[in-house]
Amino acid sequence: MLKKISKLPFSGTPEQEARLQAVIAECSGDKSLLMHVMQQAQGIYGYLPFEVQAIIADGMDIPLEHIYGVSTFYAQFALAPKGKYNVSVCLGTACYVKGAQDVLEKVMDELKIGSGECTSDGLFSIEACRCIGACGLAPVMMINDDVYGNLSPAQIPGILEKYRNN
Amino acid sequence: METINLKINNLAVSAPKGSTILEAARLIGIEIPTLCYLKEINEIGACRICMVEVKGARSLVTACVFPASEGMEVFTNTEKVRKSRKLTLELILSTHDRRCLSCVRSGNCELQKLCKEFGVDDEQHFEGENPRYEFDDSAAHMVRDNNRCILCRRCIAACKMQDCAVIGANARGFNTHIGSAFEKDLADVSCVSCGQCIVHCPTGALSEKDDSDKVLAAINDPNKVVIVHTAPSIRATLGEAFGLPLGTNVQGKMVAALRRLGFNKVFDTDFGADLTIMEEANEFISRVTNGGVLPMITSCSPGWVKYCEHYFPQLLPHLSSCKSPQQMFGAIIKSWYAQKEGINPADIVCVGIMPCTAKKFENKRDHQNATGYPDVDIALTTRELARMIDSAGIYFKHLPDEQFDNPLGESSGAGVIFGATGGVMEAALRTAVETLTGEALHSLDFTEVRGTKGIKEASYTVGDLTVNVCAASGLENARKVLEEIAAGTSKYHFVEIMACPGGCVNGGGQPVQHAVVRNFVDLRGARAKALYEADAAAPIRKSHDNPAIKQLYAEFLGEPGSHKAHELLHTSYAPRPKYK
Repeated sequence: MLKKISKLPFSGTPEQEARLQAVIAECSGDKSLLMHVMQQAQGIYGYLPFEVQAIIADGMDIPLEHIYGVSTFYAQFALAPKGKYNVSVCLGTACYVKGAQDVLEKVMDELKIGSGECTSDGLFSIEACRCIGACGLAPVMMINDDVYGNLSPAQIPGILEKYRNN
Repeated sequence: METINLKINNLAVSAPKGSTILEAARLIGIEIPTLCYLKEINEIGACRICMVEVKGARSLVTACVFPASEGMEVFTNTEKVRKSRKLTLELILSTHDRRCLSCVRSGNCELQKLCKEFGVDDEQHFEGENPRYEFDDSAAHMVRDNNRCILCRRCIAACKMQDCAVIGANARGFNTHIGSAFEKDLADVSCVSCGQCIVHCPTGALSEKDDSDKVLAAINDPNKVVIVHTAPSIRATLGEAFGLPLGTNVQGKMVAALRRLGFNKVFDTDFGADLTIMEEANEFISRVTNGGVLPMITSCSPGWVKYCEHYFPQLLPHLSSCKSPQQMFGAIIKSWYAQKEGINPADIVCVGIMPCTAKKFENKRDHQNATGYPDVDIALTTRELARMIDSAGIYFKHLPDEQFDNPLGESSGAGVIFGATGGVMEAALRTAVETLTGEALHSLDFTEVRGTKGIKEASYTVGDLTVNVCAASGLENARKVLEEIAAGTSKYHFVEIMACPGGCVNGGGQPVQHAVVRNFVDLRGARAKALYEADAAAPIRKSHDNPAIKQLYAEFLGEPGSHKAHELLHTSYAPRPKYK
């Protein structure tokens, strides 16, 4: 799937950058550690926006396009931040046959963002995930660590509402 | 050399150890088709068109990267091989924009050629998933149409070879596409406009921005005086577009063709090259004698200049302030020439025929209009000119040889070798040495800086000075030289840098030669030879002996480096960011 690039303003802190620079320094110029640095960077910032990839590009002397290519090839890298509440809808086989696609579409409708995106207030993000091991409850979604099972699209507005007012 | 013995199609082959099957097969005249393979820069075995059968192997193997070995038995033309190649082509076509008739590369497309050779009889055999892509025409010099891209990655290899790497493969699966970081437009990344991606592309996915309509409109406008000038290397390459052998000098036919296209005057950028030498040699001498910034680096190659601005901004003071021959030529046309001929410069349309896509960027740079008018209005590549000649119904091969117009058609052998790496250095040395010593040179051939090697260096004794020079071509090579200069460890006084490997003869605007030629023929050497032969045969071989140049200084500019020369013929540079 084509990843969406976040248009939200970058809000990295000097402290985060110092941590990332330390990770890059540890690699002492070994370009083969790019994946490792990207994983660490995602751990620090939650995602890999332009600003973060540019720090890696300059620090490791690797063309930015190469890093971007890696970040769009592997599913593990995100180009959009996660919201305060990350809604992750399972599209594993069991959930899918029980109507998870409709659930996902309802969540996207309600939040007016696509999968892999974050709302402009930073509250919600959506991702489609693979089996989370709760097939007996299909279709399933998680909001951060809360699990919701036996879902129907009609339940979605109510569930989201609880987090909006939190 | 250690050799190995194998059999290909039952014929015995003895090949140097380390050869691939592809290379071994060529030794007995078998050409295995390739698409993604570029010798040394893109040996990735990805496209699967070069598959061959090897006796005992579990499956077909890729000839371009598979090492030939002792006792190996290879079959390159079996039913199984042919079927595999046809299937590969059908699969490539399934996601390809197949509107060949309107494609700029129709007739010169490597994919089209292979489809014909392997009998693809149904271009819609498979209907693949087809993401549609917008054109990227943001850059001044080129257009990318990913709908025609076959993902061979040759452009990526070319861009990496040029030390830019601003394009790569993004996303995965059917969504894989060639693009820049964060899907930025080419105009917003540090692309230097060299066009090497275009001449390495097998299909019509990458092409120069075609400005020939603007030229035709000017020619058809009775109020315009349309003046064309052709860069040194064009005479050595234009013939290729009309089926002439590599390295054929077609200067006379080129001039005849330009007249038949309707240009009012046909001049030679070599005059601009001679003028560049006058100014650049003077600048070099002045830097040496007045303790200026050294080494001085040439500034004729706009791809190189843009590279320096993006990647080595701290070295900009090393760049010669001279404009390129194209821009100097335009500035003189719109000032001295216009005055002499009594033409209003506003009515002049100056067209450069260039080996270079970056020239389309250069003529739109700031400070290239000291006369109040753009020095050069339109820069066309060799390819655009060839298409104009074709579409005008001009039978190129049968044209008579004609002469350039005067006075700006007059040039020296020093001007013509600008088109090959080391040529500017050699031309500048001819003038600088004679100026510094006041004596005539015994030999005008500075052979140490000739040849297609990426970095060439030499030391010359000039009076009591030792001058260390270097000529680098291809930006990966340039980088090595620049890193030394940046570190303060460079021993050079004068450095020539050309963005394209081999110099302008291998420029990004030159006729496209298929990978098989690029891989196995010395393209740069063959084209450069035509220029060195022209120099050797030239009655005048030193820029400062060109009578038209002498006249220009006597009547108009005064001395090299004069106030007027500075105003018209020199420029400045500014750092550019890597990303916008």
